[in-house]
Amino acid sequence: MSLTLTAAKNPDRNFKYWIAFPAVFLLLLVGLFPLIYSLIVSFMRIDMMDTDTSFAGLYNYANLFKDKRLWESLLHTLLITAIALPVELSLGLAMAYLFLERMPGRQIFISLLILPTIISPIVAGATWRLLFDNRFGPINQILGWFAGHPVTALWTVSASLAYPAIIFCEIWQWTPFMFLILLAALSNVDKSQTEAAEIDGAGFIRTFRRIVLPAIWPVMAIAILIRGLDLVRIFDIIWALTSGGPGTMTETISIYAYTQGFKQFETSYTAAMAFLVILILTVVVTWAIRRMGLAK
Amino acid sequence: MNSIPFHRRKNVRLAFRYSIASLLVVIFVFPVYWLFIISFKTPEEIFAFPPVWYPKSIQFANYMVLFKDGDAETVWNSLILATVSTFFAMILGTIAAYSLVRFKTGGENLAVWIISQRMMPPVAIVFPVFLLYVFLGWVDTYFGLILLYTAFSLPYVIWMMRGYIEDIPLELEESALVDGCSRWAVLWKVVMPMARSGLFATAVFTFVFAWNDFLFALVLTRTEVTTYTVQVTHYFGGQSNFWAKIAAMSVLGTIPVFIAVATMQRYLVRGISMGAVKG
Repeated sequence: MSLTLTAAKNPDRNFKYWIAFPAVFLLLLVGLFPLIYSLIVSFMRIDMMDTDTSFAGLYNYANLFKDKRLWESLLHTLLITAIALPVELSLGLAMAYLFLERMPGRQIFISLLILPTIISPIVAGATWRLLFDNRFGPINQILGWFAGHPVTALWTVSASLAYPAIIFCEIWQWTPFMFLILLAALSNVDKSQTEAAEIDGAGFIRTFRRIVLPAIWPVMAIAILIRGLDLVRIFDIIWALTSGGPGTMTETISIYAYTQGFKQFETSYTAAMAFLVILILTVVVTWAIRRMGLAK
Repeated sequence: MNSIPFHRRKNVRLAFRYSIASLLVVIFVFPVYWLFIISFKTPEEIFAFPPVWYPKSIQFANYMVLFKDGDAETVWNSLILATVSTFFAMILGTIAAYSLVRFKTGGENLAVWIISQRMMPPVAIVFPVFLLYVFLGWVDTYFGLILLYTAFSLPYVIWMMRGYIEDIPLELEESALVDGCSRWAVLWKVVMPMARSGLFATAVFTFVFAWNDFLFALVLTRTEVTTYTVQVTHYFGGQSNFWAKIAAMSVLGTIPVFIAVATMQRYLVRGISMGAVKG
């Protein structure tokens, strides 16, 4: 089809390159430039004190492997992802089932439920910071009603509650995102098939696994990919709630990289870290996109 | 269960669904409600124990302070940055998407590379970009941030517009070419109008991405082009948080997005699922 178009007008032969060029150029600027730059600088030894631009070999990379704080921050990131993602997914799915059948006022409910997702993450973090305040925040107050005595939990400050605080906020903001996507996916599932399965005596779980899940999987996979990557990069909510504290207890990879680069001014070291992160994510993402057949 | 007549069972079921739905709405909306009412509270009400669940009267003093001190200008900065970068990202992204769809430019590899750029961790990008910007003198300028936001939005725009352009019938373009239109004319007079609803929907999300950005603005702004997200965090203090300002500033920054999304609600699903669900 496009052959006829290309043949129709010869003078415009380079047209397709002209119109793709500006976008590709800009993408190279933010995609490839940081990668190459990080790679070069990561082989030097530039920090706040020193601008030694001579080749330092794998010095910074060797340090990466010895850096306990880095591995801990990676662990924190994975911990948050491993808890928040499945909860968001299952809660979102349950909510999608709840609103799958028509009911009066359904659209109003849905509009209200997606409010958290529309808010800027930094504002979501700030909001929960106010909610979690140990004295003037409503959460301890409400907990107090159930407990029967005043609760003064130091949500964002104490070691044992910082993670629940972050994960609550994260789940609150992004479950509606999962809900909305899964609701659309579920609505597209062929109803006659699920009904036929139920008439044949298949239970809910069996019907879901055999018919519904395969049907919604392409959409669900993208939702998981988008959310998973967002969680690996998590920065704003943590910045607003705990700033990585107490100490470095809730420091994620993004927060740690920021601290190294912009507070400790470890230029070369941060560059090595950035390069490693870009490399790992590019490989994983490219693999995932191809596997899921997204580019077709 | 079977002894209850069918229509009664249906009513019980509906009542059950409504109660769960209402409970969910309370849980998910309450934090937003709390943010809004704090912005209307007096200091005494904000720091009351036990908390005041609804303000006795609506007062705008918290907002007046923001406008008087010039803090509200940061919302204006966000608006300029998000609008201009969305404009450029939409134009450059759409024509690139057209090239990818109609001429298969770069094949599948280019498409995969472009979408993989969407997944880049901002923290890894911002550091080299910061050093480059310091060198070029672009830190704390509109130009610098607009360039970065435009580039960062491009993968999403290209990805979404690819889907919309694929839906345009080829015959329309071909007949325009036969009528003697140049390729540019086809692009502007046939493709763009045909993809209009897709353009609007994609633009809303592109706008929201730029609007919500915090990390780029945190690193690349100082005083001139501070965005509202950065401004909100300026009110966090170790001991004394400026609660009223946090809340009022957050509300100011949330309203434009609420409006944008409310007007574009029917495109919402396709937009956030990156086209996985065709709407």
